[in-house]
Amino acid sequence: MEAAKKIKTAEPILSINNIEVVYDEVILVLRGVSLNVPQGEIVTLLGPNGAGKSTTLKAISGLLKSEEGEVNRGEITFMGERIDKKNAEDIVRSGIFQVMEGRRIIEDMTCVENLRLGAYTRKKSNIKDEIEKVFHYFPRLKERTGFAGYLSGGEQQMLAIGRAMMAQPKMILLDEPSMGLSPLLVKEVFGIIEKINKEQGITMLLVEQNANFALKCADYGYIMESGKVVLDGPKSELLNNQDVKEFYLGGSDERKSFKNLKSYKRRKRWL
Amino acid sequence: MNTELLLQLTINGLIVGLLYGVIAMCFVLIYKSTQVVNFAQGEFLLIGAWVCWATLVWLQLPFWLGFILTLAFMTLFGILIQAVFLKPMIGEPIIAVIMVTIGLSIFFQALMKWIFGVSAQSYPQVFETSTISIGGLNVELAYIMSLIFSFLMMAGFYWFFRYSRMGLAMRATAFDQQVASSLGISVSKVFAASWAISAMVSATAGIVMGMVNGVSDALSFIGIKVFPAVILGGLDSIVGGVVGGVIIGVLENLAEFIDSQYLHIGNLYTIAPFYVLLIILAFKPYGLFGTKDIERI
Repeated sequence: MEAAKKIKTAEPILSINNIEVVYDEVILVLRGVSLNVPQGEIVTLLGPNGAGKSTTLKAISGLLKSEEGEVNRGEITFMGERIDKKNAEDIVRSGIFQVMEGRRIIEDMTCVENLRLGAYTRKKSNIKDEIEKVFHYFPRLKERTGFAGYLSGGEQQMLAIGRAMMAQPKMILLDEPSMGLSPLLVKEVFGIIEKINKEQGITMLLVEQNANFALKCADYGYIMESGKVVLDGPKSELLNNQDVKEFYLGGSDERKSFKNLKSYKRRKRWL
Repeated sequence: MNTELLLQLTINGLIVGLLYGVIAMCFVLIYKSTQVVNFAQGEFLLIGAWVCWATLVWLQLPFWLGFILTLAFMTLFGILIQAVFLKPMIGEPIIAVIMVTIGLSIFFQALMKWIFGVSAQSYPQVFETSTISIGGLNVELAYIMSLIFSFLMMAGFYWFFRYSRMGLAMRATAFDQQVASSLGISVSKVFAASWAISAMVSATAGIVMGMVNGVSDALSFIGIKVFPAVILGGLDSIVGGVVGGVIIGVLENLAEFIDSQYLHIGNLYTIAPFYVLLIILAFKPYGLFGTKDIERI
């Protein structure tokens, strides 16, 4: 099992190599981030506010360009192809779909219209069946016929994920799907994300504040702080890491002195 | 009271109002998807009408061919205007963008005068008869055509924004450009398409109006007249544009009726819409259907 995983890890669908992202040509947000996402797995990116998680996702999906940001060093490779210079539309066409933070569904459209928009890049396809497939994962969306803006937060999140499925991407980037949802709904949404990953084979890169849930459904995790990856490892390793327990999962067994906190901060990383 | 005249004017008002509604839709289409207040909307009518006139009179083409050529020309024209003059203005202050469209308006008005002269020209006879009688009322055939055209365009717009892939993409872009590009929609393509459609439909409206009243500078004034209609309906509402157009059309004809029968001021017809505009802005600055959070200009 472990060996099989290793081989899979050697063939990442997406790899980011030492990228630097600058906003407005002066503000350095990412200071050399590298990560690999293996085909078919769920990888999570954790870290506090302002660590650069969302920026990393936008660098991958090309949406940085609409915010005056750019990748000015390093490279992003998706399925063997450089994508860091491509624009957002072409990146969607090459198979990466980002579900943006805060859902961002089109509020003055119905669910079905939102879903049809998800399939915008795919001409001539059986959109009706696709929509049925999304409703199979999110049955409660089927009953909602009004404007999507009137859906509850959880339903909007489901719609946003469903819209991503409509594009039939190879990989979905999820930016804080748990934002503003009740714990019960978070559990439901993460359950569905895992199910989509298993059944549809869509690779997921998941950015989360809610480390607990994220690490439970992910295979591998990266932790970012102030524009850098400070720690990474398979799920089991991170779940047992003292620092991660202390800072992201909440509650560790013993009290520690301040200078012992965050051992990884003092370790130099070469990647 | 002259009821027959009143009825005639009301019907005229409805027909012209629907046409205003179509032009208002074109105006709102550009505003919604590209946030540009297009003061050169009337010139689309003017240019379309002149180009079609030129194909019929100078090139002696049959109407259908001239019409199709005009549509093709206007599509290209709309895309070019967007690409050359308005694309560089993205992100600039709204007042600067407005100045550009006003500049374009003046430029094209002068250009049309230079090419086609200052006097009004009438279209060659397209249909055999010019008026038909419906229930004792004389209705110009061109008005019937205009009515059909208006309904076709409205049904077309409805279908386009409801069911077509590009229409949905336009609505998504109007709602949130970043979301649109995250869905794989090319925002610049949407911008070009909305200018192309707007120019094409406006030009058709210009041709229809040109058939009734002849082609002259007055056509570009309609672009300004549509403004009260759009403000009344709400700057960002396509349905509002149509409703506003009909109201303004009927209103100006009623003003004409009151003027000719009782007041004898003369030309109340032309200014009535702008009185309405002033009153609306005082009491309902967002129009009947407009969204509250849009930025006022």
